[in-house]
Amino acid sequence: MTDFSNRKPETGAFFPRDRGWHAPGLTPGYKTSVLRSPQKALLSLDGTISEITGPVFGHSMLGELDNDLIHNFAKSGESAIGERIIVHGRVLDERARPVPGALLEFWQANAGGRYRHKKESYLAPLDPNFGGCGRTITDENGFYSFRTIKPGPYPWPNGVNDWRPAHIHFSVFGHGFAQRLITQMYFEGDPMIWKCPIVATIPDRAAIEQLIAPLDWANTIPMDARAYKFDIVLRGRRSTLFENRMEGN
Amino acid sequence: MVQSLGYLKETPSQTAGPYVHIGCTPNFADITGVYPSDLGSSMVNERTLGDRITVTGRVIDGAGSPLKDALVEVWQADASGLYNSPAEMRGTADPNFTGWGRCASDGQTGVYSFETIKPGRAPFRDGRKMAPHITFWIVARGINIGLHTRMYFPEEVEANAADPLLMRIEHRHRVLTMVATREGSVYNFDIHLQGEKETVFLDI
Repeated sequence: MTDFSNRKPETGAFFPRDRGWHAPGLTPGYKTSVLRSPQKALLSLDGTISEITGPVFGHSMLGELDNDLIHNFAKSGESAIGERIIVHGRVLDERARPVPGALLEFWQANAGGRYRHKKESYLAPLDPNFGGCGRTITDENGFYSFRTIKPGPYPWPNGVNDWRPAHIHFSVFGHGFAQRLITQMYFEGDPMIWKCPIVATIPDRAAIEQLIAPLDWANTIPMDARAYKFDIVLRGRRSTLFENRMEGN
Repeated sequence: MVQSLGYLKETPSQTAGPYVHIGCTPNFADITGVYPSDLGSSMVNERTLGDRITVTGRVIDGAGSPLKDALVEVWQADASGLYNSPAEMRGTADPNFTGWGRCASDGQTGVYSFETIKPGRAPFRDGRKMAPHITFWIVARGINIGLHTRMYFPEEVEANAADPLLMRIEHRHRVLTMVATREGSVYNFDIHLQGEKETVFLDI
């Protein structure tokens, strides 16, 4: 746990979530959602102290290679096989303010689309030098970056011939538990994006496009790695001007 | 023309998928040597104040089967009702209590479990006291956006009856879906995703 001692913590309640922008619970094209989605309406509750607070993690918990998936599981002197990339961006809130100290965790398949997980049985081989997990914490201005290899697409038992587009899963902690978010990042130009039933759970094309990271040519490191930019927006906090609280704007 | 409000849209949620463990509990997924331990696997130490409790249960789907690939996170106040968060303005929480835990459900039984302490009471926005509770967040394959709910304590009859959230549940028999059952210091809290026993989930 850390504190940003030169920064006054924000304590307002979060903007309500736009549930028409996110995927609904029930999306039959993604079959598993059928028995795993609530049928009753959610109970709406303006954020209380239980949701506007949340755990905050310090940079000291990070190991040196936590944000380097090319090397954090590799044998000494070796590295993962695949397209070397840097994924970087900024975590902002809906008011476009940077979110410092946000913990990001990511996981992905290897270059051939194979996950290192006992329940995964895809015939593509494991890469002995690739684990597939990483994490980092945003800096004072909300920036983050990590190195990895570009994951491959993989087939999954949904429809008879469904394949996931290349993607990286992200888990994000802001400053309040109500901001908790898990999402997936896709890659610019991948034709598989528009065939995927999980992508299609999101009703609005503009919302889907918010998950597609553009190739960031300017940040490509020559002779080393290309870059993709992925900004993440978490819920913003309301001003507390008119509420019965000590702290204001 | 009016001025632009200039707000951004929240990044849309996507399912955590069946391999969420790789990223969130890699040691549980047998990916060892990357992180020393799985984040959130321990909430207390020997100096943590408060009554030790175990919170355990399963996440159950609409066919009555426990999810064997869910990830459950909890967030709660310390024994005096304070949160270990920079946004906690009422005082300093117990430094020996993280307030946050994370547990993958067991691959065979679907059981999740937390060793924690019973939380104190924290105020609602209007100053009324809320009953002691633990906030839950559940993700899994098939869940498109993480589900929030709360667990309340069965022995807190009076506090629960006056709890501002529980009081808002229109269908009174559904209040019990947010109340654990108790055996000594063990609280069992099964989360039903859908159907007759469906847990009350929150839009917070």
